[in-house]
Amino acid sequence: MRTGCFYSRLLSSAVLLILAAAVVSCGGGSSHNNSSTSNPGSGSNVQPVAVNSGPAHNYANGLFTNLTVCVPGSSDCQTITGILVDTGSYGLRLLSSAAGGALTLPLPTQTVSSGNSVGECASFVSGYTWGPVKAADITISGENASDVPVQVIDPTFSSVPSGCANSGVPADDTIQKLGANGILGVGPYAQDCGGACTQTGSGNPGLYYGCASGSCQVIAESLTQQVQNPVALFTTDSNGVIIELPALSGSAASMSGSMIFGIGTQANNALGSAAIFPLNSTGEFNTTFKGKTYPAFVDSGSNALFFLDGATTGLTVVAIIRASIAQGQPPIFQRRPRPQAPARPSVSA
Amino acid sequence: MIFCLAISTIICALPCFAALGGDVSTVRDDQARIHATWNVTQRSGYAVHELRGADGRIVREYASSSGKIFAIAWYGPWAPDLQHLLGAHFEEFQQALQAQRRGAGHGPVVVQLPGLVVDLGGHMRSFAGRAYLPDELPDGVRAEEIR
Repeated sequence: MRTGCFYSRLLSSAVLLILAAAVVSCGGGSSHNNSSTSNPGSGSNVQPVAVNSGPAHNYANGLFTNLTVCVPGSSDCQTITGILVDTGSYGLRLLSSAAGGALTLPLPTQTVSSGNSVGECASFVSGYTWGPVKAADITISGENASDVPVQVIDPTFSSVPSGCANSGVPADDTIQKLGANGILGVGPYAQDCGGACTQTGSGNPGLYYGCASGSCQVIAESLTQQVQNPVALFTTDSNGVIIELPALSGSAASMSGSMIFGIGTQANNALGSAAIFPLNSTGEFNTTFKGKTYPAFVDSGSNALFFLDGATTGLTVVAIIRASIAQGQPPIFQRRPRPQAPARPSVSA
Repeated sequence: MIFCLAISTIICALPCFAALGGDVSTVRDDQARIHATWNVTQRSGYAVHELRGADGRIVREYASSSGKIFAIAWYGPWAPDLQHLLGAHFEEFQQALQAQRRGAGHGPVVVQLPGLVVDLGGHMRSFAGRAYLPDELPDGVRAEEIR
């Protein structure tokens, strides 16, 4: 039994289950070994997504998609499959072929004025990614973002700085460890660090490094140089993301749905009667369990089943989660239940 | 005087773990390290030393009446330096984490060993967690109080 802060994180995981995974494994009734597909609609802002085991076949309930990256300003491009869609992080990270990933396209590496290459240590709760910051034009469905700083996960880039390894969690530096050819972070921030990484001195948390001859030192990295949430840089439909998955009555080996870009910018992404959950400065909103309030977040990139008390919580299916990305403004999450789903967030007691 | 200085040097030549399992006197080092404000709350059987860094991070160190740090909890926008926070228990944690990992995946981490519990949670730009020594909890103190 865990309570307090950590318990709140478990509740957060429950929200994730609603988003991406619970419908796959939590039916509790009959089991269907087929796949399920929603009616994704169509349009230049609709990108197919699928819940499956990923390109390494070892990821439980991951939400995956494809995208195309190009050397900026060129037609030298590569389509990458098996990208994990992650509403709990920000920015695109691609696993290099040197690490067993799909990326072979020679993207240009970001450099600082001295000519040193820029590397990043990006921390996730249960692992970290290390490698150079590179630039890419990104195309997802009909949406485009140009010259976007992305991270290429590549352990051969340079020695991992001690400040990175000291986090204590392992490096996700192989296809088996990452379970994906990349991570597409579309959560409610535009950058993966923010203002702190633009500072020099002790206020800098040490995510970005300047590297030469295999040795790296922490650097100040401007907001525009930091790894960016590509959605926020789209030329259209850049103010949010909808992830839509079908409701299931039982379970399925896989399921297909849609990632729809923009909120209220097209006929297929109207806000409608969606409930709005304002987020605080850490990208979280409150949930209530047995009379106590906990912070929570929607995280399609986490995949474990940590909260099983369905009888108490009534965790079932909420099919549509909407998240908006608003630079400089408090982001919001909206939820629009399908008709058969509970009208209230199922994590509330 | 020279003798005392020598003792001091020897002690600090050993790993000066400022956190879990360490002495409450090391909280001052942590305060300086993260440029934090420092508040102490006395509770029944233990004291909570709360450090609030200028960068938004919060570290709470739980000290027994004998002055031993038996638990730590943290929040903040950046992944914690677990090597520092877990001190002498860092390698034990890493080995357990590696041993229990199955396949790929991301999410909360729970490591439960007979003498060490570590929980990690949160998401990019917001991390939280706690660690405690079950055998060192003062009488009457429940793990739920560590947060």
